[in-house]
Amino acid sequence: MLELTPLLADAGSNLLAARYQMAFTLGFHIILACFGVAFPAIMLIAEYRGRKHDDADALLLAQRWSKVVAVLFAVGAVSGTVLSFELGLLWPEMMNRFGDAFGVGFAIEGIFFFLEAIFIAIYIYGWKRLPGWAHFWSGIPIVLSGIGGAAAVIAANSWMNTPQGFELGADGRVSDVDVSQVLFNPAFGHEFPHMLLAAYMVTGFVVASVYAVGMIRGRRDRYHRVGFIIPFAVAAAITPVQLFVGDIAAREVYDDQPVKFAAMECIYETGDNQAEHIGGICTDDEVKGAISIPGLDSLLAGFSTSTVVQGLEDFPDDEEPPALSLLHLSFDAMVGIGTALLLLAAWFAIAWYRRKDLPDTIWFLRASAVAGVGAIVAMECGWIVTEVGRQPWIVHGYMRTEDAVTGAQGLWWVFAVTMLIYATLAVVAAIVIRGFARRWREDEAEPGLPYAPPSEGRGR
Amino acid sequence: MSEADLVAVILWVGITLYAVFGGADFGAGMWDLLAGRERPRDRRRRAPLTERARDQIDRSIGPVWEANHVWLIFSLVVLWTAFAEAFAAVMTTLYIPLALAAVGIVLRGSGFAFRHALPGPVRGPATRVFGVSSLLTPFFMGTVAGAVASGQVPADGNGDPTASWTGALPLLTGAIFVASAAYLAAVFLVRDAGAAGDRELQRYFARRALAMAVIAGVLAVAGVFALRDEARFVYDGLVGPGLPLVVLSAVCGLGALAILALGLRREFDRRMILALRPAAVGAVVAVIWGWFVAQHPYLLPEELSIADAAGAEAALTTVIVVFAIAAVLVIPSLLLLYVLAQRDVLD
Repeated sequence: MLELTPLLADAGSNLLAARYQMAFTLGFHIILACFGVAFPAIMLIAEYRGRKHDDADALLLAQRWSKVVAVLFAVGAVSGTVLSFELGLLWPEMMNRFGDAFGVGFAIEGIFFFLEAIFIAIYIYGWKRLPGWAHFWSGIPIVLSGIGGAAAVIAANSWMNTPQGFELGADGRVSDVDVSQVLFNPAFGHEFPHMLLAAYMVTGFVVASVYAVGMIRGRRDRYHRVGFIIPFAVAAAITPVQLFVGDIAAREVYDDQPVKFAAMECIYETGDNQAEHIGGICTDDEVKGAISIPGLDSLLAGFSTSTVVQGLEDFPDDEEPPALSLLHLSFDAMVGIGTALLLLAAWFAIAWYRRKDLPDTIWFLRASAVAGVGAIVAMECGWIVTEVGRQPWIVHGYMRTEDAVTGAQGLWWVFAVTMLIYATLAVVAAIVIRGFARRWREDEAEPGLPYAPPSEGRGR
Repeated sequence: MSEADLVAVILWVGITLYAVFGGADFGAGMWDLLAGRERPRDRRRRAPLTERARDQIDRSIGPVWEANHVWLIFSLVVLWTAFAEAFAAVMTTLYIPLALAAVGIVLRGSGFAFRHALPGPVRGPATRVFGVSSLLTPFFMGTVAGAVASGQVPADGNGDPTASWTGALPLLTGAIFVASAAYLAAVFLVRDAGAAGDRELQRYFARRALAMAVIAGVLAVAGVFALRDEARFVYDGLVGPGLPLVVLSAVCGLGALAILALGLRREFDRRMILALRPAAVGAVVAVIWGWFVAQHPYLLPEELSIADAAGAEAALTTVIVVFAIAAVLVIPSLLLLYVLAQRDVLD
């Protein structure tokens, strides 16, 4: 309750409305972005298997997945366009003063986004137009531009956390830019791999969970098995790497963004031998109700209990992130879910190693069925840590979020309308994709698509 | 030409490509809306004209609509990276029409993506959402362009949030955007329907293209008077250094009009179809570049010049390099896509 008071106190302010709006639309878009980045690779693995081993099930899966990719990419493209409007509509002062540096990553992203949009269309058209392996190769640029686009956008985001590579003129605006310094800022090194792997985990676990549900409902044919195993194996192989990268990321945050580190670990007093708090509520000066493991935080941050970790007391009150409990619990949830997914992946690996088969219990399928949602929650929690943990700064150390926000009226109305539209979009997208699944099960005519050539089933 | 001028040209190239290709997409959505209600299918007879029109619209924009709209993002990114001050000024003044355009983009893109995939009963509303937002989005973008041209956006931003875009010129510009989009779309569809061998449908779109050409022409003439009253600087530029482009636009527009009228009286032959698209596109593109020349050296007329708005040199260089790479990588890929898509139209 303590933290709600400041929220309610300035509930009428533009700052809060703009932050909610940005958080909501970004949180929505990032899920679609994950699919845009990672689903094409999983779809190509299925096509490769289908062509290389004459696996009709895998080839059919690749075809069907490409239709889901088309719809998700279309919605992701519009929700991404909204974000580029919002950068100007909500945060004009940041764009005004820092657009020269902040925009560089986005300019590069433009190329990748273009290529991805073009080759997704070519790939989907190509099912009927391009011969066998040529079609497979037409998908490779989608995968590469997905990775490149993610790198470019993360470069812009990580620059807000660890800004460098520019000089400020007398008017407070960026006057000189060093492009490679801007792009390869300190936080980029861990944010990019962490997010790229997260995209593959989210996509892999979500797609696998769909087939896990099908198998729980008794559809245990080979088609469902292949549909489960391909995405699950990708996600399972990536999970241990992700935990390793995440561990490095935490240490880099400790080095480069000490306030964020103190906030996410709920460390108040500077010193060595810091305890790792798991769970709990972070009040203004202490953590309550957490399970605390003595010395572990220092050990994780610097491989020794004598590692000194700065506490929040070292930083001025008006430079600390808000909502400490939210930050801390989000961090714990991300790590906790990641660990649970690692156990699930290990379970799968052991069974596969022993008998070349899935674990022979419905509990494995049940766990896999919720792994998709879990991966999304973990990814969103990670973004809460990154973004809320940067507050009250929009460009860390240079510009406060409150100084960047627009003076426009009616932001709460805009937020309400946005929520309504996005909620409708999410429901409709779910109906559409469920409709695909139903029609595929009943082997009806192929559903129509925003890209595909007119299908035979449309009575033309 | 300075580096800043070169980047301004790149920005205008992006705007032009968006206006032509994105505009035609919006226009196709309007024709879809105006085609009327879908009638139940009768399998024994040929599908009714409105339904064939809808199918043709889908086939024509289906493969390319997404790529076409990347030009908008491209233009926004160039604006905020190279001319951050102008971007902030526009965004803090014209946030109402810009927010409405953004809503329109969301509804339009998702309406189009979903409508075929949705079950029967919800398909109708999704189609209408697609159509209505195809009409409103270019209108609001037009008001933004009109407001900029009439000098309503102060260099340091925070201009009047309502009066800036509700004058006669911005509203008229919005209407011109809508009419031009519908016009371009109808012209493209004349060609595609002909390529698909449907003469009746070709005439259907040709009549609409002709009507829209007249409407857009009348609006453009009214726009000239509004420019003289509300955007004297741009007006002077258009009748001065921009005059050759205005004349070119008029010649192209009249040429396209003549081809359409001739084709409707007789039949469209190969040469007419070949000349129609460049003429129609030329009429629109010449106006866009006439505007650029007319307001040069300003980005926001009489408020902020290209040179003053230009950001750090490295940011400008990045935009130029990115554009060069895009030209090398994206254009061949786009051509491949257009060829594949056109092949499908031909099937």
